[in-house]
Amino acid sequence: MREIVILSGKGGTGKTSVSASLAAVGAKEAILADCDVDAANIHLLLQTKAVKTEVFYSGELANINQDDCISCGRCMEVCRFDAIGLSNQQYKIEDAECEGCGYCEKVCPAQAITLKPRRSGIVYVSDSRLKMPVAHARLDPGADNSGKLVAKVKDEARKLARAENKEYVIIDGAPGIGCPVVSSLAGAKYVLFVTEPTQSALHDLKRLHTLLQKFKPVTGCIINKNDLNAEMTQEIKLFLKENRIELVAELPYSDLFAKSMIGQLTVAEADKQMFTEFEKIWKKIKERLS
Amino acid sequence: MTTPPPYRIAIASGKGGTGKTFVAVHLAKMISTSASCTLVDLDVEEPNDSIFFPEMELESRLVYKQIPEWNEERCTLCGLCSKTCKFHAVMQLGDSVIVFNELCHSCYACSELCPNDALPMKNQTLGTIGIAKSNQLTLVESRLKVGEEQAVPLIKKTHRNLQTEVNKTDYILYDSPPGTSCPVVAATKPADLVLLVTEPTSFGLNDLKLAVETLRKTQKPMAIIINRYGIGYEDVEQYCEIEKLPVIAKIPYSRKIAEAYALGHIVTESDPELLSQLKNVVDFIKLHRNENA
Repeated sequence: MREIVILSGKGGTGKTSVSASLAAVGAKEAILADCDVDAANIHLLLQTKAVKTEVFYSGELANINQDDCISCGRCMEVCRFDAIGLSNQQYKIEDAECEGCGYCEKVCPAQAITLKPRRSGIVYVSDSRLKMPVAHARLDPGADNSGKLVAKVKDEARKLARAENKEYVIIDGAPGIGCPVVSSLAGAKYVLFVTEPTQSALHDLKRLHTLLQKFKPVTGCIINKNDLNAEMTQEIKLFLKENRIELVAELPYSDLFAKSMIGQLTVAEADKQMFTEFEKIWKKIKERLS
Repeated sequence: MTTPPPYRIAIASGKGGTGKTFVAVHLAKMISTSASCTLVDLDVEEPNDSIFFPEMELESRLVYKQIPEWNEERCTLCGLCSKTCKFHAVMQLGDSVIVFNELCHSCYACSELCPNDALPMKNQTLGTIGIAKSNQLTLVESRLKVGEEQAVPLIKKTHRNLQTEVNKTDYILYDSPPGTSCPVVAATKPADLVLLVTEPTSFGLNDLKLAVETLRKTQKPMAIIINRYGIGYEDVEQYCEIEKLPVIAKIPYSRKIAEAYALGHIVTESDPELLSQLKNVVDFIKLHRNENA
């Protein structure tokens, strides 16, 4: 089994459109995992129907039992996250700030504090229009630990791939370079960058590429909206060459990406030429992985 | 007469790439022509605001987080640290204690509960905070060190460090990270008003809904800016109407704007429609400030 992760650094360069299009051309040999759990979108294009739903708990949350509390304030003193507040002479946990470290529980002389498992979201395994199962998730609003939810989604995707005897897992990643991205990279054989010829996108791509030095996957890049600015496109190509990143494809600035979304289709399905283009991209990725 | 406290506006989105930075840098430029304004780039994983102000040179300093460091001589291998840490960041393996820096939340529990003071806390670089000033505009950039996974500690530190600094400013703009998880909550926390930038696509709407849900929990007043307006999807406006969220600007879908933006240019001067939409945003901000004064 080989995992292909689609990343960009900067948001809105076309990761999800590319991931879904690769899924459309590679449906017979791949499983799709939407690991942008903060803002998951692939289900909108593939009209997924959940076949398995599981509430996901990750980490813990402190709770003060008011009957046992002797109002000594020790918990508030040790908390480094400003998660304990005092109102109406009662010490209370602010759930959004609590990181579940348990320090308050350890120092409470009245054993008034307990830790409970914390809900972080819902994980789905779904059927899709492409006759390909999809693993995805929905992070609870404002929740912590999206990295662990990403790991769980990947885990579900791997199980599906084994059960269905599929060779590849296509992973749509999150923007940025933080914990959800690092979590999506564990075990990746190939990272496909989707970038665009803007100063911001190149800046962000460079930071992402630095992060990858730790993982050393095979890398390739799609330059999306390549005709937006010829100079910037050249600059990106130079960066790719210097860092031995294969230029897998260039796609023109086109309203097809937005239009296909309205029709709830992947770009590859919405346009014949695009379908051929994505077939070529898929073939290139597979060649590099063989 | 005392000067009023600064008015704080966060720019957030849910979906990435909808135009948060675009709106933030243009608003900062516009507001700073008539009032003092501090633009704080809190998209710490991928900060881009400074690209649009090449003439402003950031003076950066390192920011640290605290992590425990094992002192072998003092350690009696009692195992308390290992049992205490909920994040598996401190582990006793055989006759040594190993600290996994990237898993540490800096809660201090292992360090302060250690009976032998064998895990003193030490500084580890988290990132940098850079500041530049030019007339009425102050630019602050918070930049996470590559490889550091947690954005929230740096965002919180930035807010804390700015507390005294920005009291002299009229307006503070927070350019927030994308998504709907803890970094957005941390970035928008001190804001008096949150501007959500969305685009008229199904992805844009889906993620806008998630962002609204997240911010409603924090009871922040919100207003919506639709970017790339006119690409043919009207559900975003319907949603805003039903949810009683004011749409305060519609920035037209324009290849010309995208081209200028690609090079890191501020584009208002050359585009009257964009200028008038941004004026709507500034007017709304001023009105909101007066109403809530």
